[in-house]
Amino acid sequence: MTTIAKDRELPAPAITPENKPYFDGTARGVFMLKYCDACERFHHYPRAICPHCFSDRTRWVEARGTGTIYTFSVLRLGTPTPFALAYVQLDEGPRVMTNLVDCDLDALAIGMRVRMVCKPATDGTMIVMFTPAAR
Amino acid sequence: MSINGKAYLVGVYEHPTREAKDKSLAQLHAEVAKGALEDAGLSHRDVDGFFCATDSPGLGPMSMIDYLGLRVQHLDSTDIGGASYLSHVNHAAQAIAAGKCNVALVTLAGKPRSSGWSGTQARTFGDEAPDAAFEYAYGMGTANVYAMSAKRHMHEYGTTSEQLAWIKVAASHHAQHNPNAMLRKVVTVEDVVNSPLVADPLHKLDCCVVSDGGGAVILARPEIARSLKRPPVKLIGAGETLKGMDGGDIDVTYSGAVWSGPRAFEEAGVKPSDIKYVSIYDSFTITVLLQLEDLGFCKKGEGGRFVADGNLISGTGRLPFNTDGGGLCNNHPRNRGGMTKIIEAVRQLRGEAHPAVQVPSCNLALAQGLGGFLAGRHGSATLIMERE
Repeated sequence: MTTIAKDRELPAPAITPENKPYFDGTARGVFMLKYCDACERFHHYPRAICPHCFSDRTRWVEARGTGTIYTFSVLRLGTPTPFALAYVQLDEGPRVMTNLVDCDLDALAIGMRVRMVCKPATDGTMIVMFTPAAR
Repeated sequence: MSINGKAYLVGVYEHPTREAKDKSLAQLHAEVAKGALEDAGLSHRDVDGFFCATDSPGLGPMSMIDYLGLRVQHLDSTDIGGASYLSHVNHAAQAIAAGKCNVALVTLAGKPRSSGWSGTQARTFGDEAPDAAFEYAYGMGTANVYAMSAKRHMHEYGTTSEQLAWIKVAASHHAQHNPNAMLRKVVTVEDVVNSPLVADPLHKLDCCVVSDGGGAVILARPEIARSLKRPPVKLIGAGETLKGMDGGDIDVTYSGAVWSGPRAFEEAGVKPSDIKYVSIYDSFTITVLLQLEDLGFCKKGEGGRFVADGNLISGTGRLPFNTDGGGLCNNHPRNRGGMTKIIEAVRQLRGEAHPAVQVPSCNLALAQGLGGFLAGRHGSATLIMERE
């Protein structure tokens, strides 16, 4: 079986002063990740105050934009087009919610290497998604 | 302070409707409140504590307390999705133990079936939620986010679709005896795994029903409970928690029951092997499997083997569960199965379940709720109850 993922309409995210640098990053095709200088750990989604140690010494860093599929599910009924909801584990560590796109949805597997691509929401904001990496 | 023995579940009522186009939402709340008060043998003037979640229309508990004509000295509108009502029972017992109220009413009602709701639609709780910008666009609905837990559990532990299907099979064996159940037909493992895939690896028959309806429960302090005619059911342990995504450290193979369960068992002074009957939140088959493992009824990763071969069927299995048919077959009012989990546990402890599914000498029961998203953030609440 082959189910080629089609682009679908994406609702625009609410941009706040706290998350704006992340979406400024996606506009450039970059995954901006929060790093805490106090506990020396990454976290996602991004917060002003680190959820691991509650320090405010957090800063933005550019992630590599590569990772591995941790888990996923292809929604096949009750949707205009099938799509894959997933958690991808970034090479920096955090598991991030995303979609797997530009691929055969029936060929996806846990453990598969992926790289980020961005897709536009209805207002043009770019949304981070992932696609299987070329071997 | 422990709540063990401080409050009794003196009244319960499950609305028989499954589609309520001819009733208002507030009316459904009133009808379940009335039903539970009549079951208890109390009047609405006896109620001095009210508990509800966001399924109640109006701002928090304000409209409903006024609409029902209650005069309260304690109120609470905690919302952790479908597990809210187990939390409310815990909070009501705390309030009674602290002398803040004497008779507490908890209600749930809703009409998702009449309004065409579906578990495949993306869900959000408002733009101000800090997570919304990182989830909503990805189409996180209900089915697909639970399915992600199933997928990973299968990957790590070798759990199969056939093993998950046994959970639905057991629920259907119970539902055949419930005249109010939406799905009364007994199904087989093959029926489940051959039903259409909704969200890989969950099939249509791995999913709960969408139903209108509701339910209510009434708690009272021991002196009042002893003056009533119903069989005494005592709350002896409770736990609750919230499992989040841990800033990216999320592990989707376990639920918040790993924390709420042990707290309830410790307070009750009992262990999983003492429990005669369990009501386990069953939004999907995988929800049941994870919670059974996390509550300690079997080891982590062995849930598939534990639920297989009818082990959850009353009369034949080792751990009878959801003898009303549960959310998978009977009823999942307002997409929130917590209330009906409490109600069937009370029926079992009273000896008032259907004779075909009644657990013999059922003196100790557990009810477990999970609200929100299994592979996302969710509330978990555990109650342990004893027949005196």
